[in-house]
Amino acid sequence: MSRKLDVDALIDDPRTRIIVCCGSGGVGKTTTAAALGLRAADRGRDVVVLTVDPARRLAQSMGLSELDNSPRKIDGVVGTGELHAMMLDMKRTFDEIIEAHSDPDRAKQILANPFYQSLSSSFSGTQEYMAMEKLGQLHRSDAWDLIIVDTPPSRNALDFLDAPERMGRFLDGRFIKLLFAPAKAGGKLGLKVVSVGFGMFTSVITKVLGGQLLKDVSTFVTAFDTVFGGFRERAEKTYQLLQTPGTAFLVVAAPEPDALREASYFVERLASERMPLAGLVVNRMAQSGAASLSAARSQAAAETLEERGDEHMLTARLLRLHAERMQLAARQGRLRDHFSAAHPTVPVAAVPAQAEDVHDLDGLRRVGEDLSVQPVSAIKTA
Amino acid sequence: MTAKDTDWDGVRLHVVTGKGGTGKTTVAAALALALAAGKRKVLLVEVEGRQGIAQLFDCPPLPYGERKVAVAPAGGEVHALAIDTEEALIEYLEMFYSLKRAGKALTKLGVIDFVTTIAPGLRDVILTGKVSEAVRRKQKNGSFVYDAVVMDAPPTGRITKFLNVSDEVSQLAKVGPVRNHGDLVMSVIRSPQTAVHFVTLLEEMPVQETLDGLSDLAGTGIKTGGVIVNMERPALLSAGELKEAADGRLDPAEIARGVKAAGLDNAEEVAAVLAAEAGEHAQRTALEEREKARLAGVAHRYDLPLLVGGMDLAGLYDLAQALRDQGAA
Repeated sequence: MSRKLDVDALIDDPRTRIIVCCGSGGVGKTTTAAALGLRAADRGRDVVVLTVDPARRLAQSMGLSELDNSPRKIDGVVGTGELHAMMLDMKRTFDEIIEAHSDPDRAKQILANPFYQSLSSSFSGTQEYMAMEKLGQLHRSDAWDLIIVDTPPSRNALDFLDAPERMGRFLDGRFIKLLFAPAKAGGKLGLKVVSVGFGMFTSVITKVLGGQLLKDVSTFVTAFDTVFGGFRERAEKTYQLLQTPGTAFLVVAAPEPDALREASYFVERLASERMPLAGLVVNRMAQSGAASLSAARSQAAAETLEERGDEHMLTARLLRLHAERMQLAARQGRLRDHFSAAHPTVPVAAVPAQAEDVHDLDGLRRVGEDLSVQPVSAIKTA
Repeated sequence: MTAKDTDWDGVRLHVVTGKGGTGKTTVAAALALALAAGKRKVLLVEVEGRQGIAQLFDCPPLPYGERKVAVAPAGGEVHALAIDTEEALIEYLEMFYSLKRAGKALTKLGVIDFVTTIAPGLRDVILTGKVSEAVRRKQKNGSFVYDAVVMDAPPTGRITKFLNVSDEVSQLAKVGPVRNHGDLVMSVIRSPQTAVHFVTLLEEMPVQETLDGLSDLAGTGIKTGGVIVNMERPALLSAGELKEAADGRLDPAEIARGVKAAGLDNAEEVAAVLAAEAGEHAQRTALEEREKARLAGVAHRYDLPLLVGGMDLAGLYDLAQALRDQGAA
């Protein structure tokens, strides 16, 4: 069996400065991040939660009508800590970087460029990249002693690690400059093949996408020149920050094959990138207070009562309900055990399914308690 | 199959979307099986490179090519295709620009990635283009190669943008072949031959995303299909019992007598747990009813049961049958 993840030890340790919640879409990542943030604040940390989920419900559960691009204080923390929350606005964040790193005229020119507008609002890697930027900014400001980030719901969880690198490579002047001065740059690098490739490349772009786009990109690059350099450097710094011991990754999953498979990939990837993994959180586990009454026995008992006739039909139905819950719990337990068999050193926290969605701070607090209190295994079958 | 006996007669491209975790791939596969029943040939397409179809049908990862993955009841066939963006783009370049060698060189330089980076809409045009090509493809005798195509599409939050390619393309290219290609793709997607189905769970967030997705789609001229409620739990308790359970008014002594009569130990303790579990179940059911009410009237609704034992190939056939029973195929 796997080790239990000690969430309280993690959030109480002053050396923990950043917690990154990652995992595939729809597994309760954002709720986990918010619940952890509240629990850490209740226990005395000054916390900011950076979310990328536009769901109103989360903001409302923290007493705000909506979240925006700057940290808002959350009222209702019990204890000496503070909780702030914000939602990443990727276009706003991108615009701010442009404004901060160029003179007003040039900034205006860049912001008005059609290619910039499309890049800053619709390129699939922008959100991941800007999440990294924001994380870097929050860390540099040194205003919080714990930053909890929830990663974008990408089509696969690994995009969070790859997109900033890809985006950085793109925004970094060198590559794009090669494109517009192929002969010169190619010659300088002494790579003839690159030059030939790029000649073909520009011709393909012109053919496929038309000259206008290329012109937009070219104008953009010229205007963006001064801003470019720092991008990749900062992305690399944030990347390195993620590798330091002050960072803890929590992989979040639901007890479903797809989500746990993604979780496995993520765990392996984090290891190969030497990123510090704190553990796996499995949300929505079916639990029962009568775990020793197995699905099979509960089912059999229900059948016994049904054969006897009318008298105990309510109990029979409740036993069937319990059998269903136990069957689900058994399946989920098996899935979790498969994960642990493949990753025996990864500590696991199993969070029981809630009957209701989270609507307020108390709801978040309950999730936080469930995260840290480890219930007795519910899959023991007699 | 006779005409007009399903809700989507005339639809040949079924786009299946849903929030992450709702079982969109599973439902797409079940729909493909359902549509194939009765000697029909259906193509199931995956566009996000997760190899979810191969896992569902228990076969090795799909190459970039169409292959048969299952037979449907009464002689139909489901073929599957996992579209690889890079290969599809090269295929596109070859087809329209005779750029075979260029394509290979571009891949080597990692430039394909770069092209799709500077032109965010291009990837989507390539993917939808490949799908609509399969929809239009004909045999020598003039009949369609596939009776229907089912696309396991990107999640609800991105679906409208993904399908509305001509908008995206017009942003990046005013004229030229890619624009024409985009318009051709759009003529398939906006036709009555295409319908977009939304998969949801009876939970607050997936339902909200479904409603948002439906209203986004409404302005595009793309036809809305059904809303498929996945993983629905069977109703074990009556409405009256649910009410009592929710209010904590179930009689523990009565339950305990039943538990004892069934020959189980610790009757009182077990009864207390059963009552508490019934209370949670009732709470959950009430929430589901609220979500169902929000979905009422927005689109044709189909309900698929939760497979408690987990998803397997047999379960997939059960879901396909459920879809057929309800008229979805």
